[in-house]
Amino acid sequence: MPSLKDLRNRIASVKATQKITKAMQMVAAAKLRRAQSAAEAARPYAERMSTVLGNLASGITVGPETPRLLAGTGSDRVHLLIVCTAERGLCGAFNSSIARLARDHANRLLAEGKTVKIICVGKKGYDILRRQFSQHIIDLVDLRSVRQIGFEQADGIAQKVLALFEAGEFDVATLFYSRFRSVIAQIPTAQQIIPAQIESGGASSEAVYEYEPEEGEILATLLPRNLTVQIFRALLENAASEQGARMSAMDNATRNAGEMIKKQTQTYNRSRQAMITKELIEIISGAEAL
Amino acid sequence: MATFNFELVSPERVLFSGDVDAVVLPATEGDMTVLAGHSPVMTTLKTGFLVITSNPGNGRRILVRGGFADVNQNGLTVLAERALPAEELTQEILDHEILQAEMAYDATNDPAAKHAAESAVAQLREAKAALNF
Repeated sequence: MPSLKDLRNRIASVKATQKITKAMQMVAAAKLRRAQSAAEAARPYAERMSTVLGNLASGITVGPETPRLLAGTGSDRVHLLIVCTAERGLCGAFNSSIARLARDHANRLLAEGKTVKIICVGKKGYDILRRQFSQHIIDLVDLRSVRQIGFEQADGIAQKVLALFEAGEFDVATLFYSRFRSVIAQIPTAQQIIPAQIESGGASSEAVYEYEPEEGEILATLLPRNLTVQIFRALLENAASEQGARMSAMDNATRNAGEMIKKQTQTYNRSRQAMITKELIEIISGAEAL
Repeated sequence: MATFNFELVSPERVLFSGDVDAVVLPATEGDMTVLAGHSPVMTTLKTGFLVITSNPGNGRRILVRGGFADVNQNGLTVLAERALPAEELTQEILDHEILQAEMAYDATNDPAAKHAAESAVAQLREAKAALNF
């Protein structure tokens, strides 16, 4: 049976924790609004980009001339997994669900006898994956010092990936991130980015385009840019998802702390009352004995 | 004058969306003006000013750095890698851009990339002069 002082201390500490989780929830809500609008503002660009690419790609036939970013290297022996997670924890199952998706994917590839290489974007994913795949992780991109994710960061990652691809270090690249559906729903997603997945263009594909400069040249500049855009979008979606996940996790934590305080206070009051009753009985029985 | 739909999108946001009379594009192979009913063209962009005319004698200038323009029957879509409206340009931003372009020039050995960076620097200098900084 804990003493009254113990109970009082316990209640005070839970209250302090509740204050922290409450504050974190509010900060996450404010950040979420910004991250969400950034993610939404970036969507048109990514969408137009895939339409343009679709129009362009549907017009050409895959041959030896086709850029390898579109056609692939012709084999799928070495896989590169780009795992985007958050830099900070305390956001529920956000990081672990992305890491789990990546881990399952990596295990399946390894079982098939393929080579797996991993680039981690964000420290948390690295911490989780390091335990099992430390020899497969080739790079860690740290975005901790970055406040608002800009196109430059995505470009930096894309340049790294492209350099590896040019050097023939891998054949297929897959991007792992969490798609932002709503504050309570974030969907871990795996997206193949090299070779590029093209949705075939719709009605406009029969339009006769003039190309300036050559078709192949445009495609050669468009494809690397598409890679950057996809990564940029993934990072923004991830940022919004992270804040959403943190907000709901902290909301839960605040509520749990409230419940705990209620329960502890009840126990505290009960044992205080029991003590008073006990003392009263002692006094009365003492008086009666005289 | 016939108008057409024009959209200018940068990775961060949509900068312009609406009907316009004419747009002058800084295409890699020379500036070009797009009017309503232009035949479908796809072109890459270099660094330079994109001029939007929505009514005669009234233009808006936006500095774009690299990107694509796609003209089709639905109108013109410009995907700019970086876009800065002339109103928002300051000397510091331009100096920063020039510095970046010069660094890109120094960093590469590929003649084509070097040439692109060189012309970007020239364009930015010109822009700076045009804005009287």
